[in-house]
Amino acid sequence: MSNKEYIQIQNINKIFGPNPESVLDLVADGIGKSELQSKHNHVLALQDINIGIKKNKIQVFMGLSGSGKSTLIRHLNQLIHPTSGNVIIDGEDITSMSDKEITNFRRNKIAMGFQKFALLPHRTVLSNTYFGLEIRGVEKKEREKEALKWIDRVGLNGFENYYPNQLSGGMQQRVGLARALTNDAPILLMDEPFSALDPLIRMDMQDMLVQLEKELNKTIIFITHDLDEALRLGDNIAILRDGKIIQEGDGQEIVLNPENSYISKFVSEVNRGRVIQCKTIMKKEINQELTNEAIVSPDMTIEEAAKIITESGLDIGSVLNNKGKLVGTISVQDIVASIVTPIKYKND
Amino acid sequence: MSLFNQIPQLSKDTLRAGKKAIDASFKDFSREYGDLIELIFEPVKWLLIKSENFLTDTSWIIILVLIASIAWLGSKSIKIVIGSVLTLLLIGYLGMWENTMKTISMTFVAAILAISIGIPIGILMARSNIALRIASPILDVMQTMPSFVYLIPVVMLLGIGKVPGLLAVIIYAIPPIIRLTNLGIRLVNNNVMEAGHAYGASYAQRLTKIQIPLALPTIMAGINQTIMLALSMVVIASMIGVQGLGQPVLQAIQNQFFTLGMMNGFAIVGIAIIFDRVTQAYGKRMQKYQETVDEQ
Ligand SMILES: Nc1ncnc2c1ncn2[C@@H]1O[C@H](COP(=O)(O)OP(=O)(O)O)[C@@H](O)[C@H]1O
Ligand SMILES: [Mg+2]
Repeated sequence: MSNKEYIQIQNINKIFGPNPESVLDLVADGIGKSELQSKHNHVLALQDINIGIKKNKIQVFMGLSGSGKSTLIRHLNQLIHPTSGNVIIDGEDITSMSDKEITNFRRNKIAMGFQKFALLPHRTVLSNTYFGLEIRGVEKKEREKEALKWIDRVGLNGFENYYPNQLSGGMQQRVGLARALTNDAPILLMDEPFSALDPLIRMDMQDMLVQLEKELNKTIIFITHDLDEALRLGDNIAILRDGKIIQEGDGQEIVLNPENSYISKFVSEVNRGRVIQCKTIMKKEINQELTNEAIVSPDMTIEEAAKIITESGLDIGSVLNNKGKLVGTISVQDIVASIVTPIKYKND
Repeated sequence: MSLFNQIPQLSKDTLRAGKKAIDASFKDFSREYGDLIELIFEPVKWLLIKSENFLTDTSWIIILVLIASIAWLGSKSIKIVIGSVLTLLLIGYLGMWENTMKTISMTFVAAILAISIGIPIGILMARSNIALRIASPILDVMQTMPSFVYLIPVVMLLGIGKVPGLLAVIIYAIPPIIRLTNLGIRLVNNNVMEAGHAYGASYAQRLTKIQIPLALPTIMAGINQTIMLALSMVVIASMIGVQGLGQPVLQAIQNQFFTLGMMNGFAIVGIAIIFDRVTQAYGKRMQKYQETVDEQ
């Protein structure tokens, strides 16, 4: 498979209930979640999910509780099998793998962090952390070394020999994170992994994840119900509602062009200055003479740009590309205007 | 007589003939295969004799030290150790040492066999719902059938003595360990099992690294119950020739020897309490990870 679509989720439908196949046709005909539930006693958890995920990027799925996020991410390691549809990872259809193949795939290619931690209560932090390596048959010395590295990285050194229930929720969540990272798998599935963390540690963990993606070439699938977190982390963001993807795109697209009122309600709380980039609102002046000392780059957020421009005591900044060529200008007034502009949305 | 007052009933002759036929064919069966079955149980018999000889022939001091150390290893409680030693000393002082050793030997062998057969069956029941549906009614029968009733076919097959006694004890004592192994495994939290699956653990790995360790406290409760049931059945099995503390009790009932009955009864209670406290304390110690630390 090309770099472009490392993971492809194709036409996934997932129905929970006594006989999911029997109502699949109804779903194809467009029956809604609530009707399927009340009249046919089945839960429509996911409907017609199609999305491609690029290699070495962070893909975020966002949605409220019950929107199907956990169900979707579990399709990527087949903890949940689709009622219909396929998941292709690195060219292989994991939905049609044998038990043995899927076990191997889980051991070597994909690691997961859980919302509810799912630590083994009878094991210490250390042996919880190297659990995946132990399953894989890695030697004790080796797996301890690897585990200690990540325990340290998530800020838990000194707690190696504690049992999970001797730790706070946030600490347990970081043990879960260390366990997922110790496995050193190319794909990381994270189901609301930071939900129990304090804001400061949370930010630190978010930074770590971004760094990992860049340095270690990891493809990260990240679930959150927090738009700020989604915008901070996501190279691409998909928003789920009632088991459907209702919008997909990068942070800027979602903030600037929310698909409907549901999304715009989310977006209205966001600090747009931290999302919108200079290139989006700059005026495309190409008169080199106008270059001044307030220099900003096209990919910079407008919040950062505003800081640079006002610190140089000017009203207008010059947007230079990475070759030092002037590609546009941006005024503090434009920046303020786009931060406070009411959001318009495409549909409904 | 009207149908209203009289429940429809098989005629007495038919019933008698039926019972006779079944009894006769079972008798034929035991005559035919009795020797073979006895041969199969030869290793068990050997084990029983070895264990009993060891306990009765070894110096009481060594046995006392041995039991005290087992109690210590199991419970890590000096109170339980002292209690056990005093109980055994009193039993010896009142002249019941040998019978007590015979009872302990029989209970020990029966419990070991019941546990090593019962745990795998419990694991199987937890894995497959079909196995669960087959085993549950059988276990119900085993637990409610009066113990004297299944002594009958056992005696018909194997006569009276140690081996049929052991068999009866195992049948009586095995249900709790099977049930609680199954229950303990089934109660393991789903989230934790999911983590096992997510990291690619095989069935054997999930069993040994997640399910059994987490079910261990429940399994231990099953072991405790199995040992207690084995002990009580060893006493009843004196009716089919099992030696030990049960025989003087039986004798006391037949001859109305009040004091003899009481003494041996209390000896049984004494070792029952030792077994119970040691296994329970061991089970508790295995749950240490559930305690929280107070410092920091
Ligand atoms: N095992 C299940 N059986 C029945 N319904 C389920 C099951 N798992 C999830 N659901 C339902 O599917 C929907 C999506 O759930 P979930 O994926 O857990 O949402 P989220 O993670 O976004 O909160 C919910 O309506 C939930 O009730
Ligand atoms: Mg969820």
